[in-house]
Amino acid sequence: MSTTTGPTTGHSTAWVGADLPRKEDPALVRGSIAYVDDLRLPGLLHAAVLRSPHAHARIVAIDTTAAKALPGVHAVLTGAESLDVIGPLARFCAEEVVEHAIAVEKVRYFGEAVAVVAAESRYIAEDALALITVEYAPLPVVADAEAGMAEGAALVHENLGSNVVYQHAFTFGDVDAEFAAADRVVRRELRWPRATAAPLETNGAVVRFDAASGRMDVWSNTNLLNFGAWVMSATLGVAPHMLNFHPLSVGGSFGSKHFLAKQIGIAGALAKVTGRPVKFMEDRADNLLASDAQAPERAHVAELALDADGTFRSLRVKVVDDYGAYFMLAIAGNTNPLSQIVGPYRIGSVTYDVTAVLTNKNQQGVLRGAGSDVTNWVLERLVDAAADELGVDPVELRRKNLIPPDAFPYKIPTGNFYDSGDYPAVLARALELADLDRWRAEQERARAEGRYIGIGVACAQQRSTYYASEFWFHNIGAPAPFTTTAESVRMRIGPTGGITATLFAPFWGNSQETVTAQLIAAELGVDPAEVAIDLAPTMHGLPSAGPGGSRMTVMLSGAVAGASKKLKDKIFEIAAHQLEASPDDLELRDGVVSVQGTDASMSLADIGMAAYWQKASLPDGMESGLEASFTYDPPFFTLPNADRTDLGAFYPIVGHGCHVVVVEVDPETGQVEFLKYVAVHDHGTVVNPRSLEGQIRGGIAQGIGVALYERVAYDAEGRNLTASYDEYVVPGAPDVPRVEVAFLQTPSPWTAHGVKGGGEGGRMIAPPAVTRAVEDALAPFGARIDELPIAMETIVGLCSPP
Amino acid sequence: MDTDSDTDFAVVELTVNGIGHRVGVEPRRLLVDVLREDLGLTGTNVGCGQGVCGSCTVLVDGASARSCLMLAVQAHGADVVTVEGMATAAGVHPVQQAFLDAQAQQCGFCTPGFLATTVELLDRNAKPSEAEIRAALAGNTCRCTGYQHIVDAVVRASEAAS
Repeated sequence: MSTTTGPTTGHSTAWVGADLPRKEDPALVRGSIAYVDDLRLPGLLHAAVLRSPHAHARIVAIDTTAAKALPGVHAVLTGAESLDVIGPLARFCAEEVVEHAIAVEKVRYFGEAVAVVAAESRYIAEDALALITVEYAPLPVVADAEAGMAEGAALVHENLGSNVVYQHAFTFGDVDAEFAAADRVVRRELRWPRATAAPLETNGAVVRFDAASGRMDVWSNTNLLNFGAWVMSATLGVAPHMLNFHPLSVGGSFGSKHFLAKQIGIAGALAKVTGRPVKFMEDRADNLLASDAQAPERAHVAELALDADGTFRSLRVKVVDDYGAYFMLAIAGNTNPLSQIVGPYRIGSVTYDVTAVLTNKNQQGVLRGAGSDVTNWVLERLVDAAADELGVDPVELRRKNLIPPDAFPYKIPTGNFYDSGDYPAVLARALELADLDRWRAEQERARAEGRYIGIGVACAQQRSTYYASEFWFHNIGAPAPFTTTAESVRMRIGPTGGITATLFAPFWGNSQETVTAQLIAAELGVDPAEVAIDLAPTMHGLPSAGPGGSRMTVMLSGAVAGASKKLKDKIFEIAAHQLEASPDDLELRDGVVSVQGTDASMSLADIGMAAYWQKASLPDGMESGLEASFTYDPPFFTLPNADRTDLGAFYPIVGHGCHVVVVEVDPETGQVEFLKYVAVHDHGTVVNPRSLEGQIRGGIAQGIGVALYERVAYDAEGRNLTASYDEYVVPGAPDVPRVEVAFLQTPSPWTAHGVKGGGEGGRMIAPPAVTRAVEDALAPFGARIDELPIAMETIVGLCSPP
Repeated sequence: MDTDSDTDFAVVELTVNGIGHRVGVEPRRLLVDVLREDLGLTGTNVGCGQGVCGSCTVLVDGASARSCLMLAVQAHGADVVTVEGMATAAGVHPVQQAFLDAQAQQCGFCTPGFLATTVELLDRNAKPSEAEIRAALAGNTCRCTGYQHIVDAVVRASEAAS
């Protein structure tokens, strides 16, 4: 296979791509996995949080005397008192938007923390909350972005002088000229709802502070652990090298657990004050009111310029985004989409004009898709609208404009690259699996019977392998630090040949242990079942950014390849020495090193024993032990320019998918029934198909959620109306269809094994396909859908005579 | 059940996973807190605390129950089975095996509740249709899987039992 000289590695099974059960699962079905709430430490205290009943108010006075006197209460802290032990939360914006874990002076959203209690039990802590009295002076409420931009609006942060915290039009290419030259401009006003991840496990943290050593230990379901030392150090008042974050198993995140700075800050403050380890575990209301993980709430004016023959020319998207009361992640949710703003289409120029407005709501965090879910929907809405206006088949209009397979690597106008793909092949496969022609006939037949069947097709991108530069590069003119998020693995072959791999990231419901074992199996020719996986806390850690932005499988592929190469070099050196052979004549297959064409061989156990305990049998000067680590960096990037007319390749490992959805809509009840759902995805080389299929199906369920059900709702006084699972409705088993998933595999030219990430694609592609299917079903009523979710009452309204 | 109204304290006797326990509790203490904190059975998880998501579902005298809505005193004299009680020395329960085979879990947080609901369903209806399975699972929320693999697991479990 290889034309270069050197030892050969082989194996009997192609482990990359093998459809293996997950290593993670046995502990999950036995309930023996440890989530943060399962942690028990001697002397552990439990925290509870008193929350504001006002969306916007000055805190006039807080009386905690009675709460402090309750037996079992160890500490009560107001925001002002917390400043003695913790600082403001870290923020990723340049603007002076200051946030505290516990509100100081005023509250800016309904449910913001105003006081916290640490007690012997959660029961006592909550009893104590009832004994705290707070005097508020209510302020006018900024209920939405429009109100926030209005002349004379109350200010969420007085120091900023405006609620418009960021405004910039990113322009790439001569958009105005393209629009002027176009035969037609399709324009839609499109609204995307404020959704939230609402994972089954809420956010939590156990923090222990040892005043004697100055060391702080943090057990949390955050992914911040990888950045925790430097991001949280100032908040916690502990030097970075004295902070130790421990990885735990996480009960679902979908991006919502990236930071948890506030939850860790609350537990940390109470741990410092009480001298005892403290757990703060959100309850469901805490999570839905104040988790800092609500998602974009955007109003768009979107325009697509095209020629009379349907050729796309240029795209203009003006977005107003309701960020809520704080700005921790800045406009990353709006810069993330600039990695794939033109979708899978040839569109030569783009303007993306973003206005970020602060309001009296809980702030935005990250949710699967990170804002690119929204722009996928906007672009696909425009394409469907264009097909309607031109009177052409929306599938043909898409096919006509897809980037052709010979155009890769393909640089889009923003400066990002698409590494590889075969979009027409994905579309063709999806149409074939869905049997589109049959459903079109069925649709016609049904309409004659007064039944409403609709078909939706969406073709969209899933950028993967985030570098995190979107957090920074929007500050025009400022130096643009280009972030690269590395990921590491440490591999050890023991003296009996057993292999341990140490990872530095939490388990988030993804399959990092399974894919690591498969990748090691592929590299070393062993059975993945024999690989043990360990997770290391940050004090023992190597560079890592953990899961998020669909990066783990890509990054672990590179890290395992690098560490394996180092290990194999040493293995072959030892074997060559002992077998008196040239390394070039050796091969490693199924865990055995042999001299090709002879019977001379050594097992990994033989080599391990020599490496650990038989110095005399090692080559001269070789260090004992058989361990290697490797830190893998993003494999390809280019840098942004100063005026940000080229953002650089900041998210260039790009997958693609096509969903075909058939629904039947009942105009009387507004019920949407799925008749067919096909999802064809290309995420490059697939490491574990059943795991990736699971990610795609789960993502589609969430995409159906945002299309049909999910919305964080606030009333005119800024009260959150969806602070329980009763009110924030996520899809249940009867609501989600069976999804047929198929893969095309166009390897990335830039990653190990050609892997691309695929964790977000389901949620990023489902909403436009579902939206179109419902709209198509309701075409006889002349329905046009410009806003999500498409609630049942909306459908009934669309079907009613005006 | 002994109670002491002066100290607001009750002694609850219950069997959990075949082992008898005598636990002193405040009358307001939830069954899930006794299971998780007093007995150390942390396999049962709390997702919503109000009986909507089903994560905390356990079997009480063979019927599924929301342990986050049930007071421990209500379980006096009951036989409770949690996820930790499903596997035996011989191996995992057939329903657990079906969940493994179908890869019916991603983060696993909701899994113990789904297992309990599935055991109860198959006790009632050995050969449920897909629609019956989805209806039976409607009280359990999973945010990761999209349910398809869970439904497949229930089908596998029902087939394995025949």
